[in-house]
Amino acid sequence: MKTREPSPLFKLNMQIYDLIIIGAGPAGITASVYAARKKLNFLVISLDIGGQTAWSGEIENYTGYQFITGPDLTQKFEEHLRKYGIALKENEEVLEIAKSGEIISVNTNKGNYQSRTVIIASGKKSRELGVPGEKEFKNHGLTYCATCDGPLFSGKVVAVIGGGNSALDAALQLTKIAKHIYIINITEQLAGDQIMLEKIKQAENVTILNSHQITAISGDRFVRAIKIKNKDGQKELAVEGVFVEIGLIPNSSFAKNVEKNTKNEINIDLANQTNIPGVFAAGDVSNVLEKQIIIAAGEGSKAALSAFRYLARKNFGK
Amino acid sequence: MAKSIIVYSTPACPWCIRVKQFLKENNILFLDWDVSVDKVAADEMVKKSGQMGVPVLDIDGEIIVGFDKDKIKQLLNL
Repeated sequence: MKTREPSPLFKLNMQIYDLIIIGAGPAGITASVYAARKKLNFLVISLDIGGQTAWSGEIENYTGYQFITGPDLTQKFEEHLRKYGIALKENEEVLEIAKSGEIISVNTNKGNYQSRTVIIASGKKSRELGVPGEKEFKNHGLTYCATCDGPLFSGKVVAVIGGGNSALDAALQLTKIAKHIYIINITEQLAGDQIMLEKIKQAENVTILNSHQITAISGDRFVRAIKIKNKDGQKELAVEGVFVEIGLIPNSSFAKNVEKNTKNEINIDLANQTNIPGVFAAGDVSNVLEKQIIIAAGEGSKAALSAFRYLARKNFGK
Repeated sequence: MAKSIIVYSTPACPWCIRVKQFLKENNILFLDWDVSVDKVAADEMVKKSGQMGVPVLDIDGEIIVGFDKDKIKQLLNL
């Protein structure tokens, strides 16, 4: 008589979670708090804590706090998360999720996990330039965080790439630090708030180069120059710093079979459900209208409740 | 003997805040050098780490760039 083969999962002695939450920004952390209160067996996997909230300056529109800084709100989020003793895999990056039967496997740079449901709350990250020299010179004169690294460029000539609010904000911060700032803006006009535009125009150490595009970054160990072009041709600018401020893109590339919109945001329905049953998404990585900390938090709670209902419907768990 | 630890950071960078939080939570004493105001410390940081991103940690001469929790734990036997 043939004996029954144990399933591959059983052989690996791998536990199957009720839920895996990817990301620990406002959406992921709020989902975690709700999942903990529903006593789900779950895991949180995230590269960082706080997501974009941690990078925010002053926050005046998160109910309950008339004023709080991004790092302080992140600290509050983390305290709330830790209160429940949640299993958190920090500094871990999800590379792929795939569903087979009723099980979703989550592959990371450190391991493999199995779950019945997943909430993708991986947020957004800085958009990269995609020009030669960008990778080599990251942290060697090129940075995506003016607030963090700006102070190291005192007395230097630098370039800010971009033409929206974040670019203007970076340029304004740098007017007090750097010797001279070039704003390299691809469109015909800067697009930020009027109040910031006026301040930029008043600054004596700023040159605005509209209709210009960066094509390359060069240097030795550190950045020494960039190449820019417009319709008249190409030229080189001697700069020692490059601040990239060209917006954000969703961290959704690991979710290969999950349906996305043209901006690569994950499409969700009113219950945060994606096109794959059991896979939910919340916050800035999704196509939710408006990207705000408080909206991301609310979406996280909705996604957790939806995942709980899904599990109950399928009679999983206890 | 306690290890000598220097943290090079700027005031508004989230990873700098987190790395210092982490050291404090573990009752680790460290020198906190703000490279946004201290030009000498800034130059020293760039020279030691060969790059310009913050935070940078110097743990008894071992240089860590960024909040590399695993490496910090390993060097401090946490």
